[in-house]
Amino acid sequence: MSSILFFEQLLNGIQFGTMLFLMSAGLTLIFGVMGLINLAHGSFYMIGAFSAALIAGLTGSFWLALLASLSGAAIAGVLIETLIIRRLYRRDHLDQVLATFALILLLSEGVRWCFGAFPLYLDIPENLNGTLPILDDIIYSKYRLFIIFMGLLIATGLYFLITKTRLGVRIRAGQNDRQMISALGVDISKLYTIVFALGASLAGLAGAMIGAIQSVEVGMGEPILILAFVVIVIGGIGSIKGALIGSILVGITDTIGRIFLPELLKIFMEPASATSVGSSIGSMLIYILMALILIIKPSGLFGKT
Amino acid sequence: MIVEKIFNKWILFFLFLIPVLGFIFEEPYYITLTTKVVILGIAGIGLNLALGYCGLISFGHAAFFGLGGYVTGILSFHALNSELIFSWPFVTSGSSEMLVIWPIVILSSAFLALIIGLLSLRTTGVYFIMITLAFAQMLYFFAISWPNYGGEDGLSIYMRNSLPIINTMDPLTFYFICLCWLLIVIFISAKLINSSFGMAFQAIKQNEERVKSVGIETFKVKLLVFVISGTITGLAGSLYTDLNRFISPSVLNWQMSGEIMVFVILGGIARLYGPLVGAAFFIVLEQTLGGYTENWQFWLGLILILEILYVRTGILSLFEKKFKYEK
Repeated sequence: MSSILFFEQLLNGIQFGTMLFLMSAGLTLIFGVMGLINLAHGSFYMIGAFSAALIAGLTGSFWLALLASLSGAAIAGVLIETLIIRRLYRRDHLDQVLATFALILLLSEGVRWCFGAFPLYLDIPENLNGTLPILDDIIYSKYRLFIIFMGLLIATGLYFLITKTRLGVRIRAGQNDRQMISALGVDISKLYTIVFALGASLAGLAGAMIGAIQSVEVGMGEPILILAFVVIVIGGIGSIKGALIGSILVGITDTIGRIFLPELLKIFMEPASATSVGSSIGSMLIYILMALILIIKPSGLFGKT
Repeated sequence: MIVEKIFNKWILFFLFLIPVLGFIFEEPYYITLTTKVVILGIAGIGLNLALGYCGLISFGHAAFFGLGGYVTGILSFHALNSELIFSWPFVTSGSSEMLVIWPIVILSSAFLALIIGLLSLRTTGVYFIMITLAFAQMLYFFAISWPNYGGEDGLSIYMRNSLPIINTMDPLTFYFICLCWLLIVIFISAKLINSSFGMAFQAIKQNEERVKSVGIETFKVKLLVFVISGTITGLAGSLYTDLNRFISPSVLNWQMSGEIMVFVILGGIARLYGPLVGAAFFIVLEQTLGGYTENWQFWLGLILILEILYVRTGILSLFEKKFKYEK
């Protein structure tokens, strides 16, 4: 019984981790290339989910909705980058934090204006409904397996994009030396827009896929944004590999910790207080993990010192 | 700078005037609003020491604000139901005396700032911003999942904590208590900024390497600034709980950290009265725009973005420039 539960929670953790990866990959890329802290990244997660819910409502197709989440968030990304974000690259981190904080207020209220305050729902398509037997006695939700699959697919895609394509070369060059690549004739502002839109669309996709399990509502992006920050601090800011490993680590720690810490504490304490203490510490576990990693390596696991 | 000083005198004058007018015309709501401005101003002045003068961009000052609030709430909660807080290692009961609560709030916020500072000051730049944010979120989630003190619903205290002789339940009296704290905090900050220690932490903002090279241990200086800053913000949290007679995890939320930061920036960074002006502007905006539209935060966001993109130095600087040309 316990090993089945453990395995199931492990899968949940991985599923959570892959979604965190979609968020943190964009965040870390944007920081690595443009040197920008983007607090508004969670808003693209929300915009993606709302675009998906809108298109799903109109057409009834989940796949079109996923496409809409990608393109909706990308369009919003291009608009916001060219109108506002572009002016922030040369500013210090404080200005970036505040401007993107203000953007969160603007976008959240804007979406509330358009869609109202009530949460929307996004349905899982028929053929992903239900469960799938994995091993002899373990069954697991098809949709969550699909999320894991998509996450891994995108991680591989990003890997090829960054290492094998011309755009990837430019992105890596941009991370190393911005002035040099613009001196070599690369249109740097176009590159920035592309990277920003790429990050935004990944966040949007994550929003749509999670929106189908939870609800689509204003403010859904911020909790996951802060987790994505924890991920990139753990992984090292600017490193996509770090983001991947950090996401899985945070996803698993969080899921397993919340379930098993109360159980573990019941060995030493009376059940009632074990549950409350365990769940409190369980919800803090990833921050404790982050603090521990920073004590050992202040620049994260794969960060440049 | 001289004009700014005159303007600051006007601010103090209004801080005395508005609540008295509110009292005369029997509009206690305005007294409460001004009290809120003063308390949030104290929180901002705390953050301004670290953020404005020392360049430590803390995105987690809600942690101190919330801790101060919760310490106040918990002490008073236990005083009302006369249960012990804990009986080991020593017997501790609650208290509803502000004179007991304040020192405990100050000590505990200082201690929290020491721990967070020790860990997060090992890093700089973006890492520092995100780590302070993460520590505040950690406390937020702890407060939500800890059921003893209301969890997500928050904790109500039915009577405002008391002082000897004075009746703190009276809005005007409580206002003047907060105003006293504001003046004390401004006085301490001004003394600090002009001290040699103050020179050191302001120099760190400009160039830490050079400060190191003249033999100052910058880590200790930054840690001390961070602790003082967190303590002041914690104290504001305590007053805020007493004002509302309610505390909930929302004051620990990252949005609170963002708002305290907004007070500092709107008013003008590294200006003594800046956060107070910023807080006042914020509250006025909330009250006026909030009266017209539910989506007032949309406009707040817009104003903030325009401020950051075009004005850049806060409200107080507008006065400075205008008068400079007339000279």
